[in-house]
Amino acid sequence: MPEQTVFTVDALKQILRDGAGADESAALDGDILDTSFDALGYESLALLETASRIERAYDISLDEEAFGEAVTPRALIDLVNSHLPVEQSA
Amino acid sequence: MNVSTVVTGLGIAAPNGLGLEEYWSATLAGRSGIGPVSRFDASSYPARLAGEIDGFVAEDHLPGRLLPQTDRMTQLALVAAGWALDDAGVVPGDLPEYDMGVITASHSGGFEFGQNELRALWSKGGKYVSAYQSFAWFYAVNSGQISIRNGMRGPSGVVVSDQAGGLDALAQARRQIRKGTPLIVSGAVDASICPWGWVAQLASDRLSHGDVPERAYLPFDDSAAGHVAGEGGALLVLEEESHARARDARRIYGRIAGHAATFDPPRDSGRAPAVQTVIDQALADAAVTAEEVDVVFADAAGLPGLDRVEAEAISKVFGPRGVPVTAPKTMTGRLYSGSAPLDVATACLSIRDAVIPPTVHTSPSGRYDIDLVTGAPREATVRYALVIARGYGGFNSAVVVGAPHG
Repeated sequence: MPEQTVFTVDALKQILRDGAGADESAALDGDILDTSFDALGYESLALLETASRIERAYDISLDEEAFGEAVTPRALIDLVNSHLPVEQSA
Repeated sequence: MNVSTVVTGLGIAAPNGLGLEEYWSATLAGRSGIGPVSRFDASSYPARLAGEIDGFVAEDHLPGRLLPQTDRMTQLALVAAGWALDDAGVVPGDLPEYDMGVITASHSGGFEFGQNELRALWSKGGKYVSAYQSFAWFYAVNSGQISIRNGMRGPSGVVVSDQAGGLDALAQARRQIRKGTPLIVSGAVDASICPWGWVAQLASDRLSHGDVPERAYLPFDDSAAGHVAGEGGALLVLEEESHARARDARRIYGRIAGHAATFDPPRDSGRAPAVQTVIDQALADAAVTAEEVDVVFADAAGLPGLDRVEAEAISKVFGPRGVPVTAPKTMTGRLYSGSAPLDVATACLSIRDAVIPPTVHTSPSGRYDIDLVTGAPREATVRYALVIARGYGGFNSAVVVGAPHG
């Protein structure tokens, strides 16, 4: 994955699909931003794999406790973005 | 003891047939699934043939969430378990979850999954190892995934005793049924046709180095020189008989009538291997005489020393050429823990259709006094079948499968 400076919901969906899979029990279509990962069908191990893939792709290190508190995609996206360098506008 | 353990469902994933009827028709026709290894480039390895399952696409059978967390053996096991439950007419959600357990056997766990993660570890680093490696390689993973997927929370576990484990798992399932759990999914699926799995298997020094599929695995033949490894196996729905009858089970294939397990003495002890003992004890456990057994499914190691021990044990118990002996695994290769449950499933089909499937490719050696069924299937009423399985390291196990009562 090319290094990006903004972590988007689409990037999160792709990482979830690649790392933990998706199906009818874990639907990623539509607006998932405020649905809990639990309700989306991703349990703790799926999230561990997701965290590890995000850290690899963006070369960051996520605090375990903060990651555990990010129970929705929106919260996780905000957490990841807070670790990324601020985008320089042209 | 009045509790009888019966077989009410069969799920089969074999190199010569994916699914019960495909496997059975191939097996009666003598169609082998042994060919050159295609899952990796085996050209530089001493063993280059395998019994591979062709045409299995996990995505067609399993939800996407399960794919990144499962080895091929688990994917095959989940599908075979589903088929066994369908065949039994059991909808797990309709039964109390603690009334159903899962007991499988495993030879080596999820080798291919483990290989990929170890490769990631040494080539890219620990951060690249899948979180699912924590269980995907594990011996007990097939039991766990079958249990989770079907909501079966009764007694569950795994038995690890190589080829013998496939029967030992069924015996453990029978124990749990006797203790009061009415239904157990049991059996085994192994699959480790990948470089790491291959090297581990080569270490036994029992693999055939042949390149001709029809000449590579020849148990009880003067040219026997090892076995071909295969992948697959069978999962069975085992049930307490009155439970099966109370729910009007579609079919009772047969009964797990008897079992015994023995362990060979050390090779330098001078004492004989415990194969005859395991047969005698399984028959005693079933309260069946040798005369009542209509077919023996042999372990069929395919090495002269091991073949001789087994053939002599059979002819001592049953008399010279006293019982038909067969090894349909000559069409699949040895499936490690998967072979014996597949033999038990095959014995159930022999009982159902009154026919003994053949041993293929082998020309029986004159040195062994056994009546090996070769060439074509043999019609025979089967009331009792004996299945023998011997595991690397000295494990012996035997199961007596009986025709259903009444």
